[in-house]
Amino acid sequence: AFSVREARASARTAGVCVHHVRSCSSIQFIKSKYVCLFDKSALKFSHQQRLFRTSAVSCGQIVQFKLSDIGEGITEVTVKEWYIKEGDSVSQFDSICEVQSDKASVTITSRYDGIIRKLHYNLDEIAYVGKPLVDIEIDASKGVAPEEDVVETPAMSHEEHTHQEIKGHKTLATPAVRRLAMENNIKLSEVVGTGKDNRILKEDILNYLAKQTGAILPPSPKAEIIPPLPKSETVPAAPKDKARKIPVPVSRPIAFSGKDKTEAITGFHKAMVKTMSAALKIPHFGYCDEIDLTQLIQLREELKPLAQTRGVKLSFMPFFIKAASLGLLQYPILNASLDESCQNITYKASHNIGVAMDTEQGLIVPNVKNVQVCSVFEIASELNRLQSLGSAGQLGTNDLTGGTFTLSNIGTIGGTYTKPVILPPEVAIGALGKIQVLPRFNGKGEVFKAQIMNVSWSADHRIIDGATMARFSNLWKSYLENPASMLLDLK
Amino acid sequence: MVLQSSLKNCFQLSCVLRTPRAGFKGTSNGGLILQSVSNDVYQNLAVEDWIHDHMNLENQQVLFLWRNSPAVVIGRHQNPWQECNLKLMRQKSIKLARRRSGGGTVYHDLGNINLTFFTTRKKYERMENLKLVVKALKALCPQLDVHVTDRYDILLDRHYKISGTAAKLGRTTAYHHCTLLCNADKFVLSSVLKSPYKGLKSNATPSVPSSVKNLFEEDPALTCEMLLEAIAAEYAMRHQIDHHITLINPADETVLPGINNKTQELQTWEWVYGKTPKFSISTYFNMVYKDSVLDVKVDMDVKHGRIEVCNIDVPEQWLPPALCNELVKNLTGSKFSPNEITTLATTLLRTCPQDDELHNKWNLLCENMRMLM
Repeated sequence: AFSVREARASARTAGVCVHHVRSCSSIQFIKSKYVCLFDKSALKFSHQQRLFRTSAVSCGQIVQFKLSDIGEGITEVTVKEWYIKEGDSVSQFDSICEVQSDKASVTITSRYDGIIRKLHYNLDEIAYVGKPLVDIEIDASKGVAPEEDVVETPAMSHEEHTHQEIKGHKTLATPAVRRLAMENNIKLSEVVGTGKDNRILKEDILNYLAKQTGAILPPSPKAEIIPPLPKSETVPAAPKDKARKIPVPVSRPIAFSGKDKTEAITGFHKAMVKTMSAALKIPHFGYCDEIDLTQLIQLREELKPLAQTRGVKLSFMPFFIKAASLGLLQYPILNASLDESCQNITYKASHNIGVAMDTEQGLIVPNVKNVQVCSVFEIASELNRLQSLGSAGQLGTNDLTGGTFTLSNIGTIGGTYTKPVILPPEVAIGALGKIQVLPRFNGKGEVFKAQIMNVSWSADHRIIDGATMARFSNLWKSYLENPASMLLDLK
Repeated sequence: MVLQSSLKNCFQLSCVLRTPRAGFKGTSNGGLILQSVSNDVYQNLAVEDWIHDHMNLENQQVLFLWRNSPAVVIGRHQNPWQECNLKLMRQKSIKLARRRSGGGTVYHDLGNINLTFFTTRKKYERMENLKLVVKALKALCPQLDVHVTDRYDILLDRHYKISGTAAKLGRTTAYHHCTLLCNADKFVLSSVLKSPYKGLKSNATPSVPSSVKNLFEEDPALTCEMLLEAIAAEYAMRHQIDHHITLINPADETVLPGINNKTQELQTWEWVYGKTPKFSISTYFNMVYKDSVLDVKVDMDVKHGRIEVCNIDVPEQWLPPALCNELVKNLTGSKFSPNEITTLATTLLRTCPQDDELHNKWNLLCENMRMLM
């Protein structure tokens, strides 16, 4: 794709401006040339002239883009980063590289549209002002390529890419595009730019026009020569006929510039792939139930301020975790590990209960150590510590290893029932859904308002049977539905 | 009075940013003095980006005044591992930011003021700006011995650095910013700007360490507000404009459309760490395990903040080579970050043979590797 470029005339040639139309294969566009006269006052000529050759040059003219003046008398800079590589196509104003000189970082942008053919420097090499930086191949079959003066002063660069300030934004558009807008009485501020940095391209102006009248219009009669439109896009009415005819639906090509993006899986995510693949080898069986948390909610409301005075935020998790530990005391096989050959079960003495945490990185599972000897308050305090480390991305190895059983409170995000995946080398996991207010029947057959949470357990069916899982779940449920009963079994 | 009513100013500002100053023609410049209401380093750097990208500076120049809560700011092409103590910064919750201008590393806190001079590229002139600052300082405090060096530093008493400079040049606009130490915490400054990381080899721009001093030490009556006021007054005089400071809120999308995207980008890992020029580490550490001391040699190449090549030399009999290779394989391509290695290593442990001793050794190795980051 080539964009519109304007070649300036020398003062001798009487103000002839050659426009080149952007042609892009994805958008079936007009490929034409047209010439028009313009006022000299519209352009600010600098006293530094630029020469151009009017004779046609064979395609692919290589232009050496020289490093322009940095200011403050600086003659050399270090190339710190290339934004493009050889073979890339660039548009005018695209960033080419970042150079540094004496505490100043300078972004060098392209003056031309074309393809990068050569980078004259490697990273960290010294580049010289006035010497070639990159070679750009410009499609000269479109016309001329001006030879630039060796040192470009900022005055010239201003001339070349004029900006229109609209609502505090600079609307980027090349002079040719601006001219087209002006000729058609279009305010650039009303056109949506689809180019880089929201630049307004020629297609955007023409699309805007098409929207207005349902047709692609040629420029106004001020032009000397009206470009011949290809038959398929010509409106039946004569160009000068402004009467509103039935708009002919113009086949507007759908310009979607999205591209697939492929990324390598690295680091932590790669390790998770390995873990989950290993988890797949475990025959999971699921068991779900619902828990009435009405009483627990009340209890927590009472205890919350007390915990707060001790500097600890009390959620429901500490209760869930402690109840799980009490259950594991009765059903220790859920706190075990199966060796690789599936020959031995190791019953773990400590209840190191993992809590799934959603962080920026993804799913991290730190664990609370030795829950079997911790009070609910101690568990809450430890959870606070793990949560703040987790959100700061500062969890340590000790916090992240040694887990024996996991609870995942996915309900804080949403959901009811789920199918959690066991984290090896553990053999069981529980996922808690959200708490919902639902109608239930009590013993007397009356409907009452209940606070229901669903739990979904998964267990390793090689060593854990349904009955064990069900009994554990029932015990856990009974502790939570009637929190006072926990008091009887607390050690 | 520096503080004006912020609501009124924000409306005025949006008008100012929208319409170019038609009144200022010819060679004399219009000017605008802006002050940030935020102390967030990322938000303030985003404002600089925004002004650089969006404001038309043909007929006016802009002075932007800002201060940050504790943060270390590295230059565009620098290596944070080479420049500062990241471990200490994490402990003290001191942020790390990478600015878009060149130059060296600085420490910001509320006792330091930042000044940014925006001009067109044509009018980019650092010496003039710094001389303006010195003039303002001398007007405030005539006995101060301050001068500008040819490295664009401002020295107090010929010896102590009180200001560092950096600049960014774009296609049509440029900015020059500098710090000014009024009453910063010198103890924290010197401890965070000392890198503990050994064996680093890189072409990143190195900082030149200097002795620093606070202006407050010369004149205890000086405050940041006074300095800002004095510099704004001098700037207003120079550019023949009203001595009027407009407050700007870096979170306001209506006045600065697109600013929140810029703020977000400055906080991404890809920008802060990923823009570090390629570097290599060649180092070793000793691990104490039970009764023995082990030597571990580590070689890594890091590009775009990610481990491109990794080599860990651990005594064979201590840890099975297969496990070591597994660690190396997973580290390759991963971010050079302590959090990444911790979560990576602990997750890998789940699929390793379940052996307490093995786990302890693995954790010890990973803890030590983490210290390198």
